[in-house]
Amino acid sequence: MHFEYQIEGGNFTRAGFASSEIKKKLKQLNVDLGIVKRTVVATYEAEVNVVAHAYSGTIYVDFDEEKVVIRLVDEGPGIPDIEQAMKEGFSTASSTVREMGFGAGMGLPNMKKNADDLQVSSEVGKGTTVQITMHYQNPNNK
Amino acid sequence: MTVEQIAKLLDARIICGEERADHEIDIAFASDLMSDVLTLKEDNVLLITGLANMQTLRTAEMSDIQCIIFARNKQISEEMKELALENDITVLECRYSVFRTCGILYQAGISPVF
Ligand SMILES: Nc1ncnc2c1ncn2[C@@H]1O[C@H](COP(=O)(O)OP(=O)(O)OP(=O)(O)O)[C@@H](O)[C@H]1O
Ligand SMILES: [Mg+2]
Repeated sequence: MHFEYQIEGGNFTRAGFASSEIKKKLKQLNVDLGIVKRTVVATYEAEVNVVAHAYSGTIYVDFDEEKVVIRLVDEGPGIPDIEQAMKEGFSTASSTVREMGFGAGMGLPNMKKNADDLQVSSEVGKGTTVQITMHYQNPNNK
Repeated sequence: MTVEQIAKLLDARIICGEERADHEIDIAFASDLMSDVLTLKEDNVLLITGLANMQTLRTAEMSDIQCIIFARNKQISEEMKELALENDITVLECRYSVFRTCGILYQAGISPVF
């Protein structure tokens, strides 16, 4: 099963729509609720990052027999130093983003904690791609 | 403690989820920062917040939070209410500050997450 969702930069009202749809689909597949939570928390953090830091983006979701791969591709400023961005507390969020309840520099580290596998790649001036992989049955359940 | 007991202690209004007023709650977390709420591993956490926007509801949805108290007299919009109803999230509105709300609940035996 393949699905795509559009994300609009700056639109906080709609942020979370895609993560919500993914949650419904995982529940239909009877995936363990702990794994569902880890998946949607990581996806939602990534979705909010596109809204908060980029101009626009697309989420590509592929469900197969044993796993779901969620790829968020955005057009935006990119991340100059990914290692630094992965550190707890590092944030370049604007005051608008902070007023919305985000911008603590917790998102990427939290995605890393929740995802079975997290890949981040970025090109400055172009955009960022985040890929989250989750197994429905995780042998080393976090 | 049940949602109904909590509402009584805080003189709070149950905006939606009245039918789940007998739902039991043991632990709570207070924050206006959704980034922090999203790091919680525990389920069935009561969220006390003064941040009333769509992302508060979305954060609750993703974190499996089933009950939110909006303190400091914050009122939720129709759009927020719809999202709460859709996700079976119980919403309370309370006139007290976050500090007072937390104090009352802590004294009544609700435990912190950490
Ligand atoms: N999609 C993105 N495009 C451009 N920059 C990004 C993107 N995602 C993250 N970043 C950069 O990495 C930093 C750290 O991201 P992270 O998600 O950890 O924290 P945050 O979004 O600033 O705050 P929080 O996630 O706690 O609300 C951001 O402040 C931003 O500088
Ligand atoms: Mg973030």
